[in-house]
Parts: sequence; structure tokens; C-alpha cells
Amino acid sequence: MPTVIKDREILAQDRWTVLREATGPDVLQAVPGRSFIVPMQFWLNFRAQLEEYPGERGVWLDSHQTPEPVAADLAGFSIIALNFPVFADGRSYSNARELREHYGYAGEIRAIGDVMRDQLYYMSRCGFNSFALRHDQDPEICLRAFEDFSTGYQSSVNESLPLFRRRGGVWKE
Amino acid sequence: MYVYDEYDHRMLAERVAQFRDQTNRYIAGKLSDAEFLPLRLQNGLYIQRLAPMLRVAIPYGLLSSQQIRKLALIARDYDKGYGHLTTRQNIQFNWPELAETPDILAHLAEVEMHAIQTSGNCIRNVTTDHYAGVAADEIEDSRPWCELIRQWSTFHPEFAYLPRKFKIAVCGTPADQAATQVHDIGVYLVRAENGDTGFRILAGGGLGRTPVIGQVIFDQVEKQHLLTALEAIMRIYNREGRRDNKYKARIKILVRETGVEKFREKVQAEWERIKGTALTLTDAEIERCKTFFTDPEYINRLNGSSVLEEKLREDPEFSRWYRRNVREHKQPGYGIVTISLKQTGVAPGDVTDRQLEFIADLADEYSFGEARVSHKQNIILADVEQRRLYDLWRDLSTQSLQTPALGLLTDIICCPGGDFCALANAKSIPVAEEIQRFFNDAAELEEVGDLQVNISGCMNACGHHHVGNIGILGVDKKGEEFYQISIGGSSAREASLGKILGPSFARDEVPGVMRTLVDVFQEERTKDESFLDTYRRIGHEPFKQAVYADSH
Repeated sequence: MPTVIKDREILAQDRWTVLREATGPDVLQAVPGRSFIVPMQFWLNFRAQLEEYPGERGVWLDSHQTPEPVAADLAGFSIIALNFPVFADGRSYSNARELREHYGYAGEIRAIGDVMRDQLYYMSRCGFNSFALRHDQDPEICLRAFEDFSTGYQSSVNESLPLFRRRGGVWKE
Repeated sequence: MYVYDEYDHRMLAERVAQFRDQTNRYIAGKLSDAEFLPLRLQNGLYIQRLAPMLRVAIPYGLLSSQQIRKLALIARDYDKGYGHLTTRQNIQFNWPELAETPDILAHLAEVEMHAIQTSGNCIRNVTTDHYAGVAADEIEDSRPWCELIRQWSTFHPEFAYLPRKFKIAVCGTPADQAATQVHDIGVYLVRAENGDTGFRILAGGGLGRTPVIGQVIFDQVEKQHLLTALEAIMRIYNREGRRDNKYKARIKILVRETGVEKFREKVQAEWERIKGTALTLTDAEIERCKTFFTDPEYINRLNGSSVLEEKLREDPEFSRWYRRNVREHKQPGYGIVTISLKQTGVAPGDVTDRQLEFIADLADEYSFGEARVSHKQNIILADVEQRRLYDLWRDLSTQSLQTPALGLLTDIICCPGGDFCALANAKSIPVAEEIQRFFNDAAELEEVGDLQVNISGCMNACGHHHVGNIGILGVDKKGEEFYQISIGGSSAREASLGKILGPSFARDEVPGVMRTLVDVFQEERTKDESFLDTYRRIGHEPFKQAVYADSH
């Protein structure tokens, strides 16, 4: 199990299990009461069965997918994971921002896949608040990533205004 | 020019510290080559054929004399005593030590400079017309808008891992010296009917393996919506640009494969979502940015100059330089001076530490302490009193910087090529030199007039060969260097892509082919026509026939 940083703390235990691949809903019956993150398409295919499942559910999106197909269901997920097949694939940054800014999703957004120290700061600015670290990452060192910069020119989840609207008092509208 | 405030300074210092840590971890073996790659690239550091190469941004081409002196110091202390101006308003150092690059970045930060996002698959240094703010026919000064775009694109958390590199140019002049239409995004300042500033935004232009002229995505965007319009294009590109093939990953391919109509619709839909959000520019911020680009204290009523008139009559060498290298300024009594970095025998765009310091002194002495660099790899002193032009020319002559070449066929745009670059198929610098040596009659060059020659050492097209009036591309033919020649390209407002003449040539044949092309032009031209005018009037065939008739 990967180490997870959530809200800038290393979790001693993480309750979520990511189902990377799942063919049918019977997989859930084998382990009742667990907290699962299922592929988005799995949710769309077996939604009725999943809603009856006694346990928490979330979905994960691969980088080529967008949240649109589950837009109406978002409020029911306590977690959405966004995958990084390789760290250089930047599509999930756009998905995180869209979830936060367009859909107003307030639950946990977790980065999964090729998640490394040097990507964490930008991820956090795009709306990720939890990070399943790649196996070789030192969690203590990763925690420092959030202090790489004290602010940014753009808006972020923590700073709702871009810098040009925050600068000094004189320039406010 | 723009002056950093505490925020800009703090973020830049944090960036230097971040890169120092990343470099240390890489040297200690804690970051793999693949993982360090995008991190170093986003700080301008390449691993080249002979040594690392550090590319430093010169945002929209503007430099203070203090910054020029710092570049000189870096050239001297960390390199072999020179730097190279690129075709995108950057300066490259070809010989730094990897371990010393964080120190170089710290030096740069002292003078509000950096190498942020000068390479890698992110939004690169924004460029503009090098006559911005001083051109007589300008619609509006593009520099405040460039600064707004610089800040928006710097450390943009969503767009640091794009499918491929992304270049933005902004242009506020009718002539367009920013090669705006061959950028991933090109922004033209336009004047709305009510007199307000607006923007026409193009996307999908680019050179490289598949040269394309950009297409209009937004016909007219009101000024406060500039950044949301750009962000909408970026988001569609980040999501949908191809990531399966690096040669098909630029936005030009996405626009082509999507179809421009459909692409426009997607951008428009995204824009509707984010238009009016906090990213909408405020009048206060626009005005704040404009305060950094006000006119210097010009002397008024400085009409004409008897000193200048007299020297122009007396000194034909000065007169020639004046005709070529001094351009009309919006302020009467001033001129825009180009210092040519195209002396024969020197790689186009190369400048030594001593020349840089000398130019810094000239900027202080003659041009309010500022200079610009152009994508045509020259340096500009933008605000020189006409009555002092002769003194300036004499000063330039002491350092061999008085080459009267601006716009001539010897004012060659040229990439570093096979001498330095790991990607190149062929050398480009020696080809430029051979052409300059072959065409060494100043009177003839002036008679031929404007003729843009661009040389790239490979199809990545850093030397912009597709948009040269004459473009030269180095190709590899069974291990030997050959050169493919195209004609008719232009990166100006009436942009066009050059058409290949035919089979490629050995290096020693290139000057002769140039000779033939120039001869055809000279025979066919009408009085005031430039090479490009004549080409557009008479077409490709006469040139092609003459070149290949000669070679048989």
C-alpha cells in the first residue's frame, strides 16, 4: 500500500483501496464493508449494485477521462482519485481544477499513480489535497514540497484570487 | 520596464532554492535522469553535445544596463566569455557546469532575471515586437500585456506538463516583427470601434517539422478577458493535445486534426465557463502594468538634427549604417538603433562579455539605460537622439559593432546547429559565414535590400527556415551534410511559408545558389520591390529554373 499524505499529514493508516481494474460488481462482495475507489467506467456500468454496497465508495479517473460523465454523482463521492500514468502527463491537473472550480467538488481529491515530490506543489495548487506517493518516495521529504513556494501568480484552492487581485491595498477594485 | 515587487522577488528566490535542492538530489543520485529532465528543462537547462546549455529568459526582449552587465559576468565567470541570442528573445550559455547552474540562477535573480520555463513542455518566455513602445506606427505598446501574460504563465500549476512546448507572441505593430503567426498562440492588439484595446487571438501556428500559419480563434476579445481566453485555449490543449507521439503533440496538430471550427467551439465553450471569474483583468491591474512602460523623458521639440544631416553628407560609411540600422521613432528627433550581431566570422547572435558590458555602457549613455534583443538575434537601443547618432556609430565602430546589415541578406537568422546542438543534422553557423563572405560588397548588399535569410541545422527549425525569404535547412544524406533551400517565406503580417526549390545542395554550393537567386531577383525586380515582392509577383519557377539550370 502506498503511503498517503492528506491535508499535509502522513496518514498512519489509509482506509481506501483503489480497484485498478474491476470487471464486475461481484468483486465487492468478496470484501464487504471496505472503502473502495473504483474506475469511473465501473461506476457507470454497475451503479445500482454499487449504491447498495455497504461501504464507502469513490471513483478514479484516468488522465484521458473528464469528470463530465459523473458530474451528477459527484456529491455522493467522498473521494475522487485522479491518475497520473506517468508524471509528465499533465491532464489530471486540469481535471482537479475542473472538479474544484467548475463542479464545486469539496471532497477529497487524491493523486494516484506516478506521484512524486517534485509534482506535489503544483498538484496542491490545482486542488489535490491527498497524495498516494510512489513507493520510492520519502514521505517526510515530500511534506516539504508544500513549502516550495509561499504563493503563486495564479489563484488556487487556498488562494481564491490571482496575485494581481491580492497585491497591495491600493489596487483593489 | 517592469520592476519586481516583494512577491516577484520572493517567488524567484524560492524557485532558485527549489532548483538548488533538485540539482543536489540529482547529483546525489536521488533523482533519476528521467525525473530530473523536466525539472531542469523548466529551469532552462539542456544537456547538449559538449556541455550543458543554460537558456536565460529575456522577457519580451527588454533589458536594463544592469541586467546586461550581469549577463556579461555570467558569460565571463561561468562560460567561455560569450552568450548566444536566440530566435525567441532568450540568451543561451553553452558551457556552464551543471553544479554551478543554481549559482547562475541566484546571480540572475539579483537583477530580476531567470531561466524559468525557457524549455520543457510548458508555456515559454512570451515574446513581442522588439520596437514595442517606440515604433511610429504602433497600435499600442504590447509590453504591459506581455508582462500580464508573463505573470499568468509563470509557475502556472495546471500547464507545467503540457503535451509539448508552448510559445506565445504578442504584437502591437502593423508590420509584425514578432513572427506572431508562427507561434502556438499569437496575440494581435487591435483597436475596437469604441477606441478600446482588444485582442485578435490566433492559435495553432508553428514551425518545426510541420510548419503552419496560425488561425484565428478569437476575432476580438475585450481587454479584461485576455487571460481567460488564453486559459481556455490552454485547457483544451492540455486535455486534448496528443501525447502519444512527440512530433504530433504541438497545438497545431490538435487544431488541424480537430478542425479549426470544432476547435473554436470547444475553446468558446470552455471560455464561457471561466469568463468573468477572478482571472478577469481589472482596470487597476492593467493601469498598474502600464505605469512600468511609460515613455522615458524625451526631449521635446527635437525636430531634425543639423549635426546628423552634416555627418550623413560627409561620411558614406556612417550614412550607410544610418540608412540600414536606424529606424523611425515615434518621438521626433529620436531614432531606433539596431546593433547588428552579424559580423562576418562571428556566429549570428553571439556576443562576448566585453561587448555586453560595452553595450550596457552605451545604453546608459545614449538610450535611458535600456536595450532590447530581437528574435532576429540583434540588440536594439530604442531611444537614441538623432543628433547623437554619429557619436554612437563611432563608439560602436571601436568594438566592430557597426555592421550596417539590418534586414540585408547577411543579417542571417541562424540556430547553433551541429557545432553545438545535439539535435542538429548539419552545421549552420559555417553556412552563414560562407554566405557572409561571399556577399561582401556593401554597396551591392544595400542595392539588393531587404532579404531575410534563415538557417536551421535540422527540421526542428530553431533558425525559422520556413519563414525566411530564403530558407536553408541542414539535412543528413547518408551521413553527409546537405542543405535544402526554400524561398518565399515570411514571418511578417502577410506571413507565408517558403516553398522548397528542389533537390538539396552540398555546403560549398550554397553561396552559388544564393548568387543565382539574387541574380534572378535583380533582373526581374521593378524599382522598389524587395526580394519577397518580386517572388510573390513572378512566382517560384523563374528562380527554380535558374538554380537547376546552373547546376547542370
